[in-house]
Amino acid sequence: MNILVCIKQVPGSSNVEVDPVTGVLKRDGVASKMNPYDLYSIEMAMSLTEKYGGTVETITMGPPQAKSVIVESICMGAKKGTVLSDRKFAGADVLATAYTISQGIRKVGKFDLILCGKQTTDGDTAQVGAEVAEYLGIPHVANVLSVEEVKDGKAYVTVSLDDMVVTESVQLPCLLCAENDINSPRLPSYKVQKTVTDDLVRFISFAEFEDQDANHYGLNGSATQVERIFPPEKNTEKHSITGDSAAQAQGIFDLLASRKLI
Amino acid sequence: MYNKVTEADLSVLRTIVGDDRVLYGDAISPDYSHDELGGISRMPEVLVRVLSTEEVSSVMKYAYAHDIPVTVRGSGTGLVGSAVPVEGGILMETTQMNKILELDEDNLTLTVQPGVLLMELAAYVEERDFFYPPDPGEKSATIGGNISTNAGGMRAVKYGVTRDYVRALTVVLPDGEIMQLGSKVVKNSSGYSLKDLIIGSEGTLAVITEAVLKLLPLPKASISLLVPFPDMKSAIEAVPKIIRSKVIPTAIEYMSRDTILFSESYLGKKFPDTKNDAYILLTFDGNTDAQVQGDMQVVADLCLEIGALDAYIVDTDERKKSVWSARGAFLEAIKASTTEMDECDVVVPRSKVDEFIKYTHKIAEDEGVRIPSFGHAGDGNLHVYICRDALDAETWEQKLAHCFDLMYAKAEELGGLVSGEHGIGYAKKGYMRKAYGEDQIALMQGIKAAFDKKNILNPGKVCY
Repeated sequence: MNILVCIKQVPGSSNVEVDPVTGVLKRDGVASKMNPYDLYSIEMAMSLTEKYGGTVETITMGPPQAKSVIVESICMGAKKGTVLSDRKFAGADVLATAYTISQGIRKVGKFDLILCGKQTTDGDTAQVGAEVAEYLGIPHVANVLSVEEVKDGKAYVTVSLDDMVVTESVQLPCLLCAENDINSPRLPSYKVQKTVTDDLVRFISFAEFEDQDANHYGLNGSATQVERIFPPEKNTEKHSITGDSAAQAQGIFDLLASRKLI
Repeated sequence: MYNKVTEADLSVLRTIVGDDRVLYGDAISPDYSHDELGGISRMPEVLVRVLSTEEVSSVMKYAYAHDIPVTVRGSGTGLVGSAVPVEGGILMETTQMNKILELDEDNLTLTVQPGVLLMELAAYVEERDFFYPPDPGEKSATIGGNISTNAGGMRAVKYGVTRDYVRALTVVLPDGEIMQLGSKVVKNSSGYSLKDLIIGSEGTLAVITEAVLKLLPLPKASISLLVPFPDMKSAIEAVPKIIRSKVIPTAIEYMSRDTILFSESYLGKKFPDTKNDAYILLTFDGNTDAQVQGDMQVVADLCLEIGALDAYIVDTDERKKSVWSARGAFLEAIKASTTEMDECDVVVPRSKVDEFIKYTHKIAEDEGVRIPSFGHAGDGNLHVYICRDALDAETWEQKLAHCFDLMYAKAEELGGLVSGEHGIGYAKKGYMRKAYGEDQIALMQGIKAAFDKKNILNPGKVCY
């Protein structure tokens, strides 16, 4: 079974500052890392190929330095990966991003399964996975907890629907978005890192895509425009509940009840 | 002989600290009769929750005048019974003295009350880009308790132990006198260092009511490395070679697959890799990514050269959490894996760690008991647990005593000492006496008498 995992490079810290005047994220000098949600989909992909055979490849979209997350995925067991990188892709919203990735996937090859993380820590929309599947014309399932079995061209997956878990079957090829915290992602291997060569990371630019209409990519291809980015207000409200255990428990209960949380 | 606490004593104590902070009889939770592992328990007659140096002084003055024993207790996370009131009397709890009093950025010091928890202290300084290096596994311990045992922790390889980070102490002597020991100064050649005598004295010489701690700037970069080995022998044998490479990791911990599996079931969380029998976990910190990457590569290459199966990179917050949270839970996890256990916290020269660990494996085999261990391979401080499992009480007592005798004798033979960081307290007195001999114990008793002629402060501990 050949699996492609879509990954993204995000800022290394969740405390990225927003310039209060321009509303732009201050990315300069901030270290980057692989989107933590993607680690679970890579782990899911690796354990599926351990069970069913086949290989794992990864794909990302971003500036040339996004190569490092592809290398990291190789250190975690992927065979090779692709960076979709072009100035024309810059400023893309979820729609243009999903379209670009779908064009890239068509270029990279055919896969039985495409995996995405639940969302990214910098964009947080959780929409790109589903939209990629729509552009590729394949079925998709989000909030996937596990792939129970792959048989007769179908994957049987368990899906979290908040208050219940359902098992669904889905025709391959398909795209799955893995839920958060569903496994313990393996660590990147230093031994493999020492052997990674440039030919394992392929760069694809706009010029290689089938669809050569530049209006479908980047800022031009985006249906949404960002008006303003601002940090959310921080809530530092604290309550101190004193008294014996029973009084403290009652205090917590009353507080939660007053907020309609229970 | 000591006096029992009377109604009259209670009313005086209530006048000193207020009614609500004096608990008597059934009002005292049984938790106050023991610590986490000391193997000894006794209820205090009265529990007093103090809030200030002056209150401590008044309580001590009264207790000293009336021959009532006093034992000081922080969070009660000790492992050798130091904070157990073995003679009854007053148990003085310092957890409500939990204020951070001053951050002095010019002198790089932090002044705290003794009840500040280690995790609160770390969060406070790190938020402000400072660093308090001592890092014992038990983060809910109080800083007062840490100073009292001269706690070490995982970063000792590079940064040293609690004693290296205490600049000054405010203490109350057993007779109630308040004294300042040390100061914010960096150098000090002014007479005997009484401050250093208090550190590690397990609450037997004076009550710590304020501490001035030394801080460092927070290192900006850090990376960990989880190195799998085919067996414990090759993992442990790698440690002296790493030290000889002249790269100084912040921490070098060793762990076996068994221990990791206990922690998985205790935390309900999978460890990123459990395919191999033995692991070394290292951390490197510094001010630039390039520096820590460089150090990491030197050690990773060396480990691969000497038989490591790989070297896994633990570089992001998520990865660090997945690995270090398991490490932090080892003690509790082993405790949960057995019916009862006791611990040997020996410290041996770093070059002898492998020899000592191999010896514990031999004892486990010879005696037919399970002896899991983990610890600070980089500083020679090992945490070896003897597990009771299905043994009956009598066999357990015998086996435990025998295993302890063998291990402490071996540690001594290798040039080691009884306790690396947990202290002597009540539980390890006999082993220390054996290791140090009567002359040294007499010297310690002389020091104790100089501070506490009536022997009312934490009696029955360390050298008595």
